[in-house]
Amino acid sequence: MTREMTGAEMVVQALADHGVDTLFGYPGGAVLPIYDEIFQQEKVRHILVRHEQGAGHAAEGYARSTGKPGVCLVTSGPGATNIVTPLTDALMDSIPMVVITGQVATHLIGNDAFQECDTVGITRPCTKHNWLVKRIEDLPRILHEAFYVATSGRPGPVVVDIPKDIQFTRGVYTGPKNVVHKTYRPKVKGDLSAIHAAVELMAHAKRPVFYTGGGVINSGPAASQLLRELVRLTGFPITSTLMGLGAFPASDRQWLGMLGMHGTYEANLAMHDCDVMICVGARFDDRITGRLDAFSPNSKKIHIDIDPSSINKTVKVDVPIVGDVAHVLEDMVRLWRSEAHVADRKAQERWWSEIDGWRAKKSLAYQRRRDVIMPQYAVERLYALTRDKDVYVTTEVGQHQMWAAQFFKFEEPNRWMTSGGLGTMGYGLPAAIGVQLAHPGSLVVDIAGDASVLMTMQEMSTAAQYDLPIKIFILNNQYMGMVRQWQQLLHGNRLSHSYTEALPDFVKLADAYGCHGIRCEKPDELDDAIGEMISVKRPVLFDCRVANLANCFPMIPSGKGHNEMLLGEEVTDEDLADAIDDAGKMLV
Amino acid sequence: MLMKVEEKKSPMRAPDPSEKHTLSVVVDNEPGVLARVIGLFSGRGYNIDSLTVSETQHDKHVSRITIVTTGAPMVIEQIKSQLARLVPVHRVADLTVGGAAIERELALVKLIGRGEARVEALRLAQAFAVKTVDATLESFVFEITGLTDEIDRFIDLMAALGKVEVSRTGIAAIARGAEGL
Repeated sequence: MTREMTGAEMVVQALADHGVDTLFGYPGGAVLPIYDEIFQQEKVRHILVRHEQGAGHAAEGYARSTGKPGVCLVTSGPGATNIVTPLTDALMDSIPMVVITGQVATHLIGNDAFQECDTVGITRPCTKHNWLVKRIEDLPRILHEAFYVATSGRPGPVVVDIPKDIQFTRGVYTGPKNVVHKTYRPKVKGDLSAIHAAVELMAHAKRPVFYTGGGVINSGPAASQLLRELVRLTGFPITSTLMGLGAFPASDRQWLGMLGMHGTYEANLAMHDCDVMICVGARFDDRITGRLDAFSPNSKKIHIDIDPSSINKTVKVDVPIVGDVAHVLEDMVRLWRSEAHVADRKAQERWWSEIDGWRAKKSLAYQRRRDVIMPQYAVERLYALTRDKDVYVTTEVGQHQMWAAQFFKFEEPNRWMTSGGLGTMGYGLPAAIGVQLAHPGSLVVDIAGDASVLMTMQEMSTAAQYDLPIKIFILNNQYMGMVRQWQQLLHGNRLSHSYTEALPDFVKLADAYGCHGIRCEKPDELDDAIGEMISVKRPVLFDCRVANLANCFPMIPSGKGHNEMLLGEEVTDEDLADAIDDAGKMLV
Repeated sequence: MLMKVEEKKSPMRAPDPSEKHTLSVVVDNEPGVLARVIGLFSGRGYNIDSLTVSETQHDKHVSRITIVTTGAPMVIEQIKSQLARLVPVHRVADLTVGGAAIERELALVKLIGRGEARVEALRLAQAFAVKTVDATLESFVFEITGLTDEIDRFIDLMAALGKVEVSRTGIAAIARGAEGL
């Protein structure tokens, strides 16, 4: 399609051409022409947020739950700087996102004009790529490239910065067909000989483990299906990072639970003691590996990743396979089948019985209390009462996030939205808005903390405006729980500024936003309260008062290896005080 | 209780020795491309020993960036794949891996001085086959092209003879033989 139109029209046309149905944004001087176009059409629905950060996280939630890119429109200057956090978040977690920012007119650029900032300069390190459009002739191509770059290869956020005069200028728009990028063509098929070597290694493994990550989710539903197939074919145990939860069903016998700093005992020990590790779309993050020189010391490592820079970054691997997870897994399944591989049964049995021994530790166990709601119990009940529903879960960042990851069991991909790499407090509430817009009939719950949720609380107003019945389930312990836990571990329990002395009354706050508020303080009232939350067809702020000083276990203290876990049931105050040595204290 | 499973001997990784590598990065000459490359190095804590950049194919808007960097082998590999995944990058070539490449640097060296030192400077310039590109009664500007070490040596000698001001291009490099990038 080729037609003459203004730059602003081109933006809206390109969004429609790329199948964008929902756009998150906030108007301002430098994007008024685009907003005027939005006003005059019905193809793209615009969701008005209360802060540009909210737009970004909502777009991330939309993207993670659909596999489609999330799209935002914000103004120049503060509009652009406010969206830097979601951009960085999306870059760390490989979330496809297209952000369009307004810019001051080209002749004003560099003059410190009103609401001017160097958007491409500021966002260069926190985007996969960005563009400043200086000529109308370039705009259609750049818009199409933006979608291509955001969604292909390892997905990520991109920014297109469009000066206001360009938005008014008329030019020729060409549709997205046949956009071939000059330089960026990521490889999706894995090298067959490497895949062959990997399958060979797996066939002779005695203590294998699958270690999977967000790359499986990003690769699309086919990747999760193929992963399930391969895991069942081989009979190997499987664990996953925080980002990969849901790719493999948590109810399955071969599932070991999440690994890493707050992962299960069995998952971490299986990683430590394995002889063959099959890393699928994960990146050996420090939250996963713990102390690097103690990380899985005796294993051969296979690493499937679409991004060559993820390979051999922190951990040297033996069989690197660069390619898209679904493509590579397809080849692996085919090779495993065609060569009639069977895993070494005897060795597998021994391995599983060892794993069962670790499982028997019940590393997620915690002390139940009758007088006060334990946070773990709250998540367990929430899971039990929503498991038969079509449910999506987002989280904020902190203890509640780890408890959600440990106790909420995911059976399907794209059901779990959390800020993993960047650890952005305030992510979950706006993300829930994005998820709810993408899945209007589903139950969307943000498992939140009292501190995190206040960072983007203003978006309750967005939820109210668009009748989005998101459920904000706040595990309220009045502390920044994870900060407090670390202060206990590292700083002699001096709780410097980790206690919120003046929390708002969340029920009244809900009321003020025109939403529904619920408070629950007693374990025996919890089920009814959760039932009420589910049945209310409005946005809900659920103030779940939980034990204030609960710690999140199990835990690999910073600077320790997988085989040096702290288990909640067995840990004493003294252990806590000595858990981290001086070198570990330097780590985050 | 601190759970400790019997520690199997873990191969403690000795710090890998640093290596110097010369990388050729062929990029689309779009605005900000150099900032992307430099930002990558500073943001990820990699070293830049030398960096040169210029458009090499005007009609195709292609530039060539030559970077000399030092790091452990794993870090060098990381640098290459990080560069390669920048969207405007066409190709990354490690000239150090490909065998001895040709490396050259150009320097303009201004020497300010009078008397006997001037004569000596001219003699040395001759010995180094250096071009004299400017001369006044109190100064010379020499143009020297060569290996970095050679230029270093020449500048050291000049510095002994008077006040010296130097402008250097950094290293340009190209692989030997018929094969191109």
